[in-house]
Amino acid sequence: MDAHAAHGHAEDHAHPTPGLYLRIAIILFVLTALEVAAFEVGRNAGAPLHALIEPIVVEILLVLSAAKFALVAMFYMHLKQDSKIFTNFFVWPLVIAAGVILALIILHEYWIKTTF
Amino acid sequence: MATAVAADAGHVDEHHYTATGLDNRKLAIWAFIGSECLFFASLISTYLVYKGKSLVGPYPHAESQCMLHGEMQACEAIFEIPLVTFGTAVLLFSSFFVVLALYGAQKGNRRMLLGWLSATVLCGLFFVGMQVYEFYHFLHKGLGYTTNLFGSTFYTLTGFHGSHVTLGVIWLITMLVLALRGKLPPEKSLNLELAALYWHFVDVVWIVIFPVVYLMR
Repeated sequence: MDAHAAHGHAEDHAHPTPGLYLRIAIILFVLTALEVAAFEVGRNAGAPLHALIEPIVVEILLVLSAAKFALVAMFYMHLKQDSKIFTNFFVWPLVIAAGVILALIILHEYWIKTTF
Repeated sequence: MATAVAADAGHVDEHHYTATGLDNRKLAIWAFIGSECLFFASLISTYLVYKGKSLVGPYPHAESQCMLHGEMQACEAIFEIPLVTFGTAVLLFSSFFVVLALYGAQKGNRRMLLGWLSATVLCGLFFVGMQVYEFYHFLHKGLGYTTNLFGSTFYTLTGFHGSHVTLGVIWLITMLVLALRGKLPPEKSLNLELAALYWHFVDVVWIVIFPVVYLMR
């Protein structure tokens, strides 16, 4: 297989249109607004839904953040259309990164409990 | 015929295909982005590990007693969420603008390329300016790099992100200059795609930093 033929199979996928890019931008803006709204409701005891939101505000922020992250990676970074090799180059380090964060937090909490 | 062959050979050289059929520069930027994920993971985990463990103020979300102008004083909470939210929105929209610029580059639409790429650069400059203002403001409020654990981890994490944004702005300005000189035709749009991928990466890192640092109390 020559380089051009391989290139044609691997990379010549149609990228999204400006219309789709705009829809993604609006969704990202709305998700950011929801993040800030969750933060404000969580910290203001007098706000409506405070009792409901306050205990799960971290979980809400993590889910909204993950959704924004996935939208940018899939559509703006074109991982949805491009070769799966690029997805692997990005996703596996992300999995390791998440593991590093989790491991360090657990180790540090364990160290504090056993030391003090 | 000879010219066509030479042009085709030049085209092949320009794209540097690998055995996978993928351009090696695009593989390289993805490998770099993957390694950057681990770099920022270490900074984010350090911030989280030391979150809430500062012994003296100023604190991010609560009032405290802190050393200000040489004496202990009451210090207000340090974060200004509206400003950072606006900066976050600007950075998100800059990602939208750069994909439109790339679309213009791939379609040979010079006006679209120049317009959206300029908008992206302006957004990037605004974000860097916002961060410089924020750092200066925090220093004025008594939060130095060695004031407490929060200060050290906050400045390290957001400072490294800011330096990445600054590099991204420089890269995008380089692309803008090339585009203005007519040296970014559709067959060379991969050059802009690589810069755009890096720019999206600094955006997704901020998508994580914004809630973790500013919104989680």
